[in-house]
Amino acid sequence: MNAATVLRQGWQKVFGTGARSERPPAVDASHGTILYLEDITVSFDGFKALNALTLYIDVGELRCIIGPNGAGKTTMMDVITGKTRPDCGSAWFGQTTDLLMLTEPEIAESGIGRKFQKPTVFEQHTVLENLELAASGDKSIWRTIFTPLSAAQRTRIDQVLETVQLQERRAQLAGALSHGQKQWLEIGMLLMQDPQLLLVDEPVAGMTPQEVERTAELLSSLAGKHSVVVVEHDMDFVRSIAKQVTVLHEGSVLAQGTIDEVQGNRKVAEVYLGE
Amino acid sequence: MGQSITHGSGHSSDLLKMLSSDRSTQLFFAVLGAVAVLVPVLHLVFPPGSVLHLSTYTMTLIGKFLTYALLAVAVDLVWGYCGILSLGHAAFFALGGYAMGMYLMRQIGPRGVYGDPILPDFMVFLNYKELPWFWQGFDMFWFAALMVILVPGLLALAFGWLAFRSRVTGVYLSIITQALTYALMLAFFRNDMGFGGNNGMTDFKDILGFTINTPATRATLFVASALALALGYLACRYITESRAGRTLRAIRDAESRTRFIGYRVESYKLWIFAFSAVLAGIAGALYVPQVGIINPSEFQPINSIEVVIWVAVGGRGTLYGAIAGALLVNYAKSYLTTAVPEFWLYFLGLIFVLVTVFLPRGVMGLVTQLVRRRRDQQVPVIA
Repeated sequence: MNAATVLRQGWQKVFGTGARSERPPAVDASHGTILYLEDITVSFDGFKALNALTLYIDVGELRCIIGPNGAGKTTMMDVITGKTRPDCGSAWFGQTTDLLMLTEPEIAESGIGRKFQKPTVFEQHTVLENLELAASGDKSIWRTIFTPLSAAQRTRIDQVLETVQLQERRAQLAGALSHGQKQWLEIGMLLMQDPQLLLVDEPVAGMTPQEVERTAELLSSLAGKHSVVVVEHDMDFVRSIAKQVTVLHEGSVLAQGTIDEVQGNRKVAEVYLGE
Repeated sequence: MGQSITHGSGHSSDLLKMLSSDRSTQLFFAVLGAVAVLVPVLHLVFPPGSVLHLSTYTMTLIGKFLTYALLAVAVDLVWGYCGILSLGHAAFFALGGYAMGMYLMRQIGPRGVYGDPILPDFMVFLNYKELPWFWQGFDMFWFAALMVILVPGLLALAFGWLAFRSRVTGVYLSIITQALTYALMLAFFRNDMGFGGNNGMTDFKDILGFTINTPATRATLFVASALALALGYLACRYITESRAGRTLRAIRDAESRTRFIGYRVESYKLWIFAFSAVLAGIAGALYVPQVGIINPSEFQPINSIEVVIWVAVGGRGTLYGAIAGALLVNYAKSYLTTAVPEFWLYFLGLIFVLVTVFLPRGVMGLVTQLVRRRRDQQVPVIA
């Protein structure tokens, strides 16, 4: 990289201006794997939240991650989204995108969307405005001041409203939605960015049985088009959606396989029940 | 605030369409337009002694309030919409004022007390041999006008770049903005800074070739202030009703969440802060020729805090609330500092506490609530 490139990139990073392509370059996942985590270790004051974690996620896969509290599930999400930097190891998105070299917004732009445990929709914005905020495309301040949404983006909003079944609520403030609706709106916001990889943290906590069922349908319908990683405690829910389950324990993978294989695994039973 | 975008028409690119649906803004423009016409007419057309005559004092006072209102709009843009509680905006106001003051000083020319054709009086008094480099160019209005925009704008960019990049937020940011204005105050108090020390600049004679204290010039400055307020308001309204405005509110409500969905929060904050500083600078530049003096006391930390109180009293996050607050509090101030001067600061503190506790959305929030309640009572809702 020459000095001019460095300067230009620095300028863009800070001032958010300059020509940028509408969408980031597509992630190269031609080998069938969308996410490579290898030997990731994260320690906080000597406590190893992740301990040489190695995990691969396939393109279009719906993967559930389970594990007791403190197993490192959230830290793993933090590493993927750039919130936490690992002490060592590597994290690649497709074959060509090194996640450890990117900032949080760059990772979001490159096609990784994350849904947090608590619904974090913008309560003072309407459902429509929430989706509009999440729309993919150039998000620099100059663009958002002077250019309205494109027709394609508006079509996308309508599609997503339909997918998450919130058409009727579009003009309502998000703060007035029920808990389940907020979760779906947030998933809708992720979909607006057309992510290749969706990270979903405990989506059904606090939901009614009907809402859980609806969420399972929604997530299952997303697999195939997107790779989805779900962290969840609710085993019935995991059983209803997942083909592949990964069990984390003390910062590394304890077991992996179908839900039945995992539940039959003696080590898993010990971790969950034995202590 | 809280207006939903409607699909299809969606965006603020059509400013007229936007305004046609915004009743509060229409009302504001109607009142401002009436004031901008009536006040100069009452001052110029009716002779002193007539019942309808408006004194120079009153017109200048209202003109000063209009520049304060623009400053309040600037603060509301960053605080009410983006959540940046700047306690240093009076510094940008004062810098704009100083840039205008330097122009006005250069216009005095040889008419100063010491009669030096180039050097302002205070420089002759302090034994300056020649004009400092940073005074060059200020004899030209266009240059001074450019500096009114550039100096506060660039300072805000530099300051904001350092602060926002390091993710200084909340009360810490407020404190360093106080430090900024305090540091500038100390600097401008120094005689060897070359800005007139604690006396500042005064005794202005001309602006753009017109004698500064004739009724016509004063009326023109008044109209210019009203126009600046109208344009500043429109620009801010345009921003807040655009997609960027909704992003700013998102940053205010949940900053890290906004960052996560791919917005460069720092760059949004930086540009809004700089734009707001420019508006404050313009307000300051219009303030100085009307009050006839600029000195370092304009940088006092309390001044910036007062601006925030205006906005809080009027109701933040509405723009027109900031204007209402600036007018209300300043009217109260000019009345009370004459009637019971020793009580003003207590009163200021008291209204701030009362507004914070009882009117979190300010006076305009209360008005909106009352209007809505009355409408709901008049029109029975048919479900």
